[in-house]
Amino acid sequence: MSMVASKRPLLVGTGKLFRRRSAIPGLGVTLGVTLTALCLIVLIPLASVFAAATQLGLGGFVRAAFSARALHAYALSFTASLIGAAVNSVFGLLTAWALVRYDFPGRAILNALVDLPFALPTAVAGIALAGIYSTNGWIGAVLAPLGIKAAYNEVGVVIALTFVGLPFVVRTVEPVLRDLAADVEEAAASLGAGRWRTIARVILPALAPAWITGFTLAFARAVGEYGSVIFIAGNMPYRTEIAPLLITIELEQFDYGAASAIAAVMLVVAFLMLLAINAVQAWSRRSV
Amino acid sequence: MARATPDASQDPFWAKAAVIGLAVSFIGLMLVLPLVAVFVQALSKGLAASLQALGDPDALAAVRLTLIAAALAVPVNTAFGLCASWAIAKHDFPGKSLLITLIDLPFSVSPVVAGLSYVLVFGLQGWFGPWLETHGIKIIFATPGIVLATVFVTFPFIARELISLMQAQGTDEEEAAVSLGASGLTIFRRVTAPNVSWGLLYGVLLCNARAMGEFGAVSVVSGHIRGVTDTMPLHVEILYNEYDFVGAFSVAALLCLLAVATLVLKTALERFQPQAESRAR
Repeated sequence: MSMVASKRPLLVGTGKLFRRRSAIPGLGVTLGVTLTALCLIVLIPLASVFAAATQLGLGGFVRAAFSARALHAYALSFTASLIGAAVNSVFGLLTAWALVRYDFPGRAILNALVDLPFALPTAVAGIALAGIYSTNGWIGAVLAPLGIKAAYNEVGVVIALTFVGLPFVVRTVEPVLRDLAADVEEAAASLGAGRWRTIARVILPALAPAWITGFTLAFARAVGEYGSVIFIAGNMPYRTEIAPLLITIELEQFDYGAASAIAAVMLVVAFLMLLAINAVQAWSRRSV
Repeated sequence: MARATPDASQDPFWAKAAVIGLAVSFIGLMLVLPLVAVFVQALSKGLAASLQALGDPDALAAVRLTLIAAALAVPVNTAFGLCASWAIAKHDFPGKSLLITLIDLPFSVSPVVAGLSYVLVFGLQGWFGPWLETHGIKIIFATPGIVLATVFVTFPFIARELISLMQAQGTDEEEAAVSLGASGLTIFRRVTAPNVSWGLLYGVLLCNARAMGEFGAVSVVSGHIRGVTDTMPLHVEILYNEYDFVGAFSVAALLCLLAVATLVLKTALERFQPQAESRAR
C-alpha cells in the first residue's frame, strides 16, 4: 500500500499514465468474475445457437431460416413492433411532456404506472389484454359493432407489443426534457418565436436523440417479445404467428436445427439493434 | 417565470388539458384497464373460489418454484453487478465499452432464444447433455434450468444500475481512501457501498420483479410438468389453456399484487433516497 501511495505524486502529474493505471485495487478479481460470468451465462449459450445453426449447412440453414412460414413470422414481428414503437413514440412523448411540464392531481400515480410493463409478468399482461379486447371483452364489445376486431388477429399483436414497449420512450425522453433549460425556450420566445415555432425548432431537435433511442429500445423489446403476444395473437401459421413462437413450435417438434436457424436470425437482429442503440446514444452525447 | 412574454414559454390552457387528457387516457387504456380486468376476472366467482384456486397444491408448488428461482437468481446477479460495476466504473481498461454492450445483450435477446440456447448446451442433444446424463444431473426440464434461464434474462439489471451510478459518482472518494492506506474491501465497505446502497436496492427490486415474472425463457426450459417445473407465470398459462379462468386470473392477480408492490417500493425509493445519490442518477 505504501508503494501505491508513494507512486501517486508521480502519476497525478501525468494524466495519461494515471488514467491507464488506476490506484484503486481490485480490478483483476472483479474483472475476472465479470468476464467469467458473462461467458458462462450469456456468451457460450448464445454461441451454441450459431453452432447448431451452422450444422444445418448453408442450404439447410436457408431452408429453415427463410421458409415461407418463417418469413411471414419475421414480417409480422417487425411490422407489429414498428407500429407499436411508433404509437409509443407519440403517446410516450405526450406522457413525458405531461409528467415534466405540468402539475396536476394524480401525476405521481401516473408516473408510477408508466413502469407497470417492467413489473407486470408478460403472461399476465397477455391474458388480461386478450380478455379486454376479445369480442365479449370490455373494449372488444365496443369495437365489434364498428366492425373492428382487436384480438386473435394482427391488431391484437400490435396491442400487446405496444404494451410491452410503453415505458421506454417516456423514460428516455423525460430526463432530457427536464434538463432542457427554461431560459432557452424563453430566449426563443423573446426573439419573437411563437410557441409552436419554439417547440418545433428548439425543443423537438433537442429531444430527438433521446426520442430515437426510446423508439429503438421499444422496438428491440417488442421484436423478441413472446409471453404477452401468444395469448392475444390467435397464433395462426402464415398469419398471426410471431418469430419467437415459431422457435418454440420447432422445439416442440424436436427440430433443434430449424429452431436454431430462426433463433440465429433473431440474434443477428438483436446485435444490430444493440449497435444501433449504441450509435444513437453516442450521437446524442456528442450533440448535447 | 413571470417575464415580459410569459405566454410564449407557457402552454395555453387547452393545450395543457389536451396533453394531460391524452396521456391519462393512454395510460388508463393500456395499463390500468388490464390491471383492473385481472382482479375483476379473478373475483368473478367470488373471493372464496379465487382463494380455493390459490390453495391448489399445483398452484402452491408454482409459487414455491418462483420464489426459489428468484431467491437464487437475484443474489447471483447482485454479486455479478457489484463486480462488474467495480471493474467498469472505478477502472480504465481497453474494450470497456464493448464489455458494457455485451452485459446489456440479454435485454435485446428474445427470451425464447435464451431458453433455446440453454437447451442446446444442457439438453439431451446438447453439448453437455450426454455427460450430464451419465452423471445423473438434470438441468433442462428441471429446477436448475429454470434458475439459469432466470439468471440470463435478469443478468443486466443490477449491473447496469450500479455502473451508471458509480460512473456518475467518480473515483475521487475511493482514491482518497487509497492514499490513506485503505484496502480494497475496506474502501468498498466504507466508501463505495454507502454511496450506492439505494441504487443497489433499486436494481434488486426491478431484477426481482423480472425474475418472478419471466415467461418466455423459462417456458422453453421448463417442460411444463405440473407441480414440478411450473412457475407462477407458466401455471397461469396452463390454467388459461384449460379454460380454468378463475384459477388463471387468481394466480395472475397474485402476480399483479407483486407488480403493484414493486411500483410502490420503487416510487418510495425514488422519493426517499438521499439527494447526493439522486443527483448522480
